[in-house]
Amino acid sequence: MKLLWFHLMPYTDLPDDFTERHPSVWVDIDPSLFDPIRAHGMYNEFMDELEHAAEMGFDGICVNEHHSNGYGMMPSPNLIASTLARRTRDTALVILGNSLALYNPPTRVAEEMAMIDCISGGRVIAGFPVGTPMDTCYAYGRNPSQLRQRYYEAHDLVMKAWQEPEPFTWNGRFNKLRYVNVWPRPIQQPHPPIWIPGGGSVETWRWCAERDYVYTYLSYFGYKAGEATMRGFWEEMDHLGKDRNPFRAGFLQFVGVAESRAEALDIYGEAADYFYNRCLHVDARWAMPPGYASEKTIRARVESQIAKAANLASDARAFDQPSFEDIVEQGYVVIGSPDEVAEQLREVAVHLNVGHLMLLLHFGNMNSQLTAYNTELFAKRVMPQLSGLFEDEWENRWWPKPLAQESTATPREVAR
Amino acid sequence: VSGPAERSILVGDERWRLWEKGEGEPLIFLGGLRGLPRWPKVLDLLATQQRVIAPSLPGFPGASGHDRLDDLADWVAATLDRIDGCEVGPCNLVGASVGGALAAEVAAFSPALVKRLVLIAPFGLFDDAEPVADIWAKRLSEIPPLLSAKPDALAEFLARPDDVDAIDWQVLLARANEAAARLLWPTGDLGLRKRLHRIQAPTLLVWGSDDRVVPASYAKRFAAGISGWVETTSIAAAGHMAEIDQPEAVADAILGFTS
Repeated sequence: MKLLWFHLMPYTDLPDDFTERHPSVWVDIDPSLFDPIRAHGMYNEFMDELEHAAEMGFDGICVNEHHSNGYGMMPSPNLIASTLARRTRDTALVILGNSLALYNPPTRVAEEMAMIDCISGGRVIAGFPVGTPMDTCYAYGRNPSQLRQRYYEAHDLVMKAWQEPEPFTWNGRFNKLRYVNVWPRPIQQPHPPIWIPGGGSVETWRWCAERDYVYTYLSYFGYKAGEATMRGFWEEMDHLGKDRNPFRAGFLQFVGVAESRAEALDIYGEAADYFYNRCLHVDARWAMPPGYASEKTIRARVESQIAKAANLASDARAFDQPSFEDIVEQGYVVIGSPDEVAEQLREVAVHLNVGHLMLLLHFGNMNSQLTAYNTELFAKRVMPQLSGLFEDEWENRWWPKPLAQESTATPREVAR
Repeated sequence: VSGPAERSILVGDERWRLWEKGEGEPLIFLGGLRGLPRWPKVLDLLATQQRVIAPSLPGFPGASGHDRLDDLADWVAATLDRIDGCEVGPCNLVGASVGGALAAEVAAFSPALVKRLVLIAPFGLFDDAEPVADIWAKRLSEIPPLLSAKPDALAEFLARPDDVDAIDWQVLLARANEAAARLLWPTGDLGLRKRLHRIQAPTLLVWGSDDRVVPASYAKRFAAGISGWVETTSIAAAGHMAEIDQPEAVADAILGFTS
């Protein structure tokens, strides 16, 4: 199975009284809380951590896109991915991804990802999320009623731009381009692997299956909360006559490894609390722009009675405020010794049938020493217990096909 | 309140509900936020003296098709289709909120269609100095007092009739909210300022004294731009949905202006 190292790049200096004094970590987060000089340190530490993960043998390193967000400092994941392309050798670069409807014209995505694919020697995985309401409708002002229509059209345009052998005209509903001619073009032909981060809608599962894309479920709430979604996904694959190849799916999981469970509980509590309580302090005002959820989804929500109002934790907050006991108990973070973590993750992978595990080994305000400790313990003592899983039985058709090592360029050493 | 006569109008492959009640001078009414999930008291009061015709706008209760509309030209064309579908020729046109923005656009694009124009707290303009509220970035509990000075009247207007399925009703109201957003997201500015001078019809601006969505001062901005004769009426103890909060006062103002 593939083990990937995912960085959200949270701003690590949100004040202790953040949740009391500020309504939201997202969209209208207080700009005065951002210290660019501290961010200089954070960005460089975070990029070191991604590079370290590549060195330690993770199959892929993951970046993603958020806007006006205190727990995601990557409005442009492509900027980070391009530096990683130079500073890593054979690790997959998973851009999860570019929210297609936000780019104007969307061919910008085709261009930038092709650039990174060329720079990296064909190591890009192209992720295309619709994007959260906060990122797309509020921070970027996209019309929620048009968002999905724009997303699908942008997808069709990007895919055609990568594959069409001649310049062409795109007279779309939302994009009109007389000349589409993406230059450069990706190394990976016909195109880099496509991964779709999604919520739990049947429409998205079908869409992925029809196009043979990987479906990734990026929940912050761990394997127990993700179980129903992944079960639904596989039932839909059965229904559509698709095989149960676990590499069709990806899953996000927070992990804290230490020598013992007691030590893990001791050293990861603060960072987990910082993430789940400060970083996920999202005002419920941003959760439900009209038209973002399809009518089918609204019906399903009302019918299932999962939540009072569209899965909101309360009238004020989009997410609950869990205690650390809840965080561990509910499986938001998998915690323990290397053997315990390996056993739990094996169970998660087998039970959910996911071949791509995206691991958050940095979370919240975790410092670089603890991140390195978590990453190394995982790489040395958990990874060997998991990496062979599924490999004999299934082919991973959704993994980059980079240039042969002897054909790849080597960046010049920089004199300091 | 007795109900209106209901017809279904088909133009091309778009179908919509048309409600009609009363006799006399025809008056076309374009509904506000949430559209017309039920026949409101204000229309019943108007129908005592005039022939009130209310076609459903795309995506609002009684019509679908909002998801096919991409820009203002599409919305204006769909609104003109509805006015044509009333088959009354030039007439008095009344619009509230989102329907007010479209009524103003119609009066600007097709001045000959409108005899007298009534705009109840219309969207369509945006002034940085006094911004229109973001009605789509609110906690659920904040919405009724934002839209209405009499939340009980609003609740009654939006209450599910006994014979309608609970989920269907929620979807109906959510769709109306989406349709309004599809036209107005994110600021409600349609660029109408550039076209206001084309409105030649005598115009009545009706504003709730306590409008927390489109501030009452916007009446001055509309009045300054419109070429036709403009009167402004403030409705006491009314919010953005003045016609729901104070149906009698709003009906009186409209009848006084159009009779």
